[in-house]
Amino acid sequence: MRHVACIGAGMTMFSRRLKETGKEMCFEAARMALDEAGLELSDIDTVVCGSAPDAFDGIHMKGENLLDGCGGAKKPYMRVFTGGGTGVLAPIAGWWHVASGVSDVCMVICEEKMSSCFPHPQSAFAHIWDPILERPLQPNLVWIFAMEMNRYMQVHNISKEDIALVSVKNKGNALDHPSAQLAAKITVDDVLNSEVMAWPVQRLDISPPSDGAAALIFAAEDKVGPITDNPVWVEGVGWCIDSTMWTNRDLYFPQYVARAAKMAYRMAGIHNPFKEIDVAEPYDPFDYKELHHMEGLLLCKKGEAATLTKEGVTQRDGDLPTCPSGGLLGVGNPIAATMGVKACEIYWQLAGKAEKRQVADARTGVCQAWGDLMQYSSVMVMRS
Amino acid sequence: MTRVAIVGAGCTDFRSITPEVSWKEIMYKAASRAYHDAGVDPRRDVNSFITCAEDYWEGFSIFDEFTPDQVGAVLRPMITTCGDGIYGLANAFMQIKTGLMDVVAVESHSKISDLITYRDVVLFAFDPVYNRPLGGHPYYIGGLEMRKYLQKTGATEEDCAHVVVKNKKNAMKNPMAGHEADLTVDQVMKSQPMFEPLKKLDIAPLSDGAVVLVLACEEKAREITDNPVWIRGVGWASDTCWLEQRQWWRAVYTEIASKNAYKMARISYPRKEIDFAEVDDKFSYKELQHIEAAQLCPPGQAGRLVSEGYFDADGAFPVNRSGGSLGCGNLIDASGLQRALEVVLQLRGEAGSRQLDGETGVAVSWRGVPTASGASIVLGVDP
Amino acid sequence: MKKFAGERLSSEEMKEVTHEEWAPAVKYAWSCGEAMSRFLNELKKGKLIGRKCHKCKRVIFPPKMFCEFCFRPTDEWVYLPDTGTVMTYSLSYLDKDARRIEEPILVGVIAIDGASEHMGIMHYFSEMDPDDLDFGLKVKAVWKPEKEREGSVTDIKYFKPLEGEK
Repeated sequence: MRHVACIGAGMTMFSRRLKETGKEMCFEAARMALDEAGLELSDIDTVVCGSAPDAFDGIHMKGENLLDGCGGAKKPYMRVFTGGGTGVLAPIAGWWHVASGVSDVCMVICEEKMSSCFPHPQSAFAHIWDPILERPLQPNLVWIFAMEMNRYMQVHNISKEDIALVSVKNKGNALDHPSAQLAAKITVDDVLNSEVMAWPVQRLDISPPSDGAAALIFAAEDKVGPITDNPVWVEGVGWCIDSTMWTNRDLYFPQYVARAAKMAYRMAGIHNPFKEIDVAEPYDPFDYKELHHMEGLLLCKKGEAATLTKEGVTQRDGDLPTCPSGGLLGVGNPIAATMGVKACEIYWQLAGKAEKRQVADARTGVCQAWGDLMQYSSVMVMRS
Repeated sequence: MTRVAIVGAGCTDFRSITPEVSWKEIMYKAASRAYHDAGVDPRRDVNSFITCAEDYWEGFSIFDEFTPDQVGAVLRPMITTCGDGIYGLANAFMQIKTGLMDVVAVESHSKISDLITYRDVVLFAFDPVYNRPLGGHPYYIGGLEMRKYLQKTGATEEDCAHVVVKNKKNAMKNPMAGHEADLTVDQVMKSQPMFEPLKKLDIAPLSDGAVVLVLACEEKAREITDNPVWIRGVGWASDTCWLEQRQWWRAVYTEIASKNAYKMARISYPRKEIDFAEVDDKFSYKELQHIEAAQLCPPGQAGRLVSEGYFDADGAFPVNRSGGSLGCGNLIDASGLQRALEVVLQLRGEAGSRQLDGETGVAVSWRGVPTASGASIVLGVDP
Repeated sequence: MKKFAGERLSSEEMKEVTHEEWAPAVKYAWSCGEAMSRFLNELKKGKLIGRKCHKCKRVIFPPKMFCEFCFRPTDEWVYLPDTGTVMTYSLSYLDKDARRIEEPILVGVIAIDGASEHMGIMHYFSEMDPDDLDFGLKVKAVWKPEKEREGSVTDIKYFKPLEGEK
């Protein structure tokens, strides 16, 4: 298998509303990644775009519309889309473009412009539901998370206080991220006093909708040398989808995350994830999700993630720094563009470029994205 | 690195409406047939699944959610490509080449009959600032392009009508096709003007249908079948997305995609080394444009050649023996996969009364108005 | 690291900047197909129906014409009682447009009796104290009067605690 490295990354600000168009955001992220790698667009053979529902940007086949900002004109250009899982699935697609030998240097751009959707990006989520079984009930997206959170809390007897610690940590971590939309020093009480949306979910348990873009460049082993002496190697990739029928499974444990993680760890030769991984960026659209995914990523036993959080293990100076970027909760959630705080963050961490967010001695890292109807996960392991 | 072959193929009929099945059931049918054809159990033998779809064709945000159960992908690696079927094949090809996957299934379908406001959805793909406010029926883009193509190449509207006659007649021999007809050039020329110079019969009508192909690495391919169809090369590309900047008369995306596919396939003289082609013909003139862009005839000559019968079923270089989109129906993003399917059937000797001679075929796709994107795949009986 | 690009806008500024608006006319009529058509027709009659796979022996609800684990057609229709157990639930203070409401909507997933483990559907709960909504609660469907039923999941108005339960 051809060895592939990340050699440059970029992202825009994340914000509830950005002035830039989707194309412009793509360009900014791509330009930043190219500059970091010291490359020009002509050095890129193939381009992969990751972007989640067209409904947000308000353009059918939006991948086609974004392609110039992504640098895809006159090139092999392709879009992949697996809901919220796109943030790590798109870089995995970039990986296979290069690992297959078809391409030597592939640039991956992820973009989302949720602010174009009126009256509120939530409206686009009305269409993720099954038209026969679910839409007639007029569900709100928060319900499905609330039901999963409730089940997770019940099975493991986890309190809201324990879960709120994740929100406190991530929003706090985000204070060191220049792109952050919702960085703040909050307390557990702030979370518990915030507006109840759908019990047990409260306002400060949730990440915000955002506009943003991110870019990541992959290069084949034999091309890396002249470009950089600081490559970050892709060691393992995994992805998995569960059945559409989320009502037919017990939501307390995300099996599909575990399968994706096992696939990635097997490839990376990792047998004891907690010991061998130095930094983790699991997907955190809600605070309980970080815990849910830590367990799915086999970083700890089922039901144990809240304890690790309480003990400070997941702080930047803990044994397993988790979401040092500030994650979706702190930096923002532009669906596919969350690659910027997942895959790009792990790259920056392992390359020693994470500035104020830098985790000491980070050599092996894992990033994960999640999406669809409590259904999808993509996982990538990297090493410097 | 391993070679990659297509070892299983399955599809439903291509019909203008399919009210008796849901989109899930149509996918299941095609998938079942493909797995049966390959003799594989998707739950045990298939490592990865790829679908090719766009939300707005289907009516869902995140259509990816609704795909795994009916193709056997529950709790398996699966992705959705927002591209046509040949892009899906390209992803499967790459996944197998990495060594990570051995057997990959690629699915694409059209259930476009479920979409009531097709015109509005196609218009929704236009640039929201520069193009969409002009409104109108989006197919006027086809009219603009056709006019430029005819002007630059000297091809005539009659030449384009020949494409329609050829393809719909070819479809008579394709039991899967839904829009077969025995027409004359005169009938096409007299059909209702729609987006001048495009006339009604120049435009492929919409169809429902699903196609699934199963790919495998060389080792598995030889275990699974005595009749693998080898992927010799694949390419995909986009021209600029801007209508204002594109080459209206050349399919630049096909030029790039085909060049890359031929390079991979080590083909230097496509016209000589390829025996037949299945190219996109959602509009009649597109077939000519794609033939030229894929270097299957000298530039600007496709119009003259089609009228001379060069691309007929019994001509020197058969194009769209399946009937193409004009004969089978426009299968939206599944069109490319239908073209690849035809090449597979032909190379296996399973094309019934449509059978051609040939050891190498190429399938060329286009993603439709308003895109300038498409893919090409070269398939052969030998790797 | 370079400064990150992007100019933030407030919701007021969003209205001021030059922009284009478009409301897409997007309408679909999905063929229900065999399984869902029967499912909806049975709902109209006040019944729940599932499908059984003879290979894995699962009774699948809502019904599917194929078993996603065995990847083969399912074999027979099975009527199911309209009772079940609460697998998970939520109290929503938001309506479908994300507007705040005073009285919460009670919603959850009900595993239907007679179907295989965890074969649930999402639906509402009512005729109960929100505090009594809990995991494992036994519930029963409350149907619309026959002439009001249309062949939709809303032919069931909601689920309520089974007689004898709190």
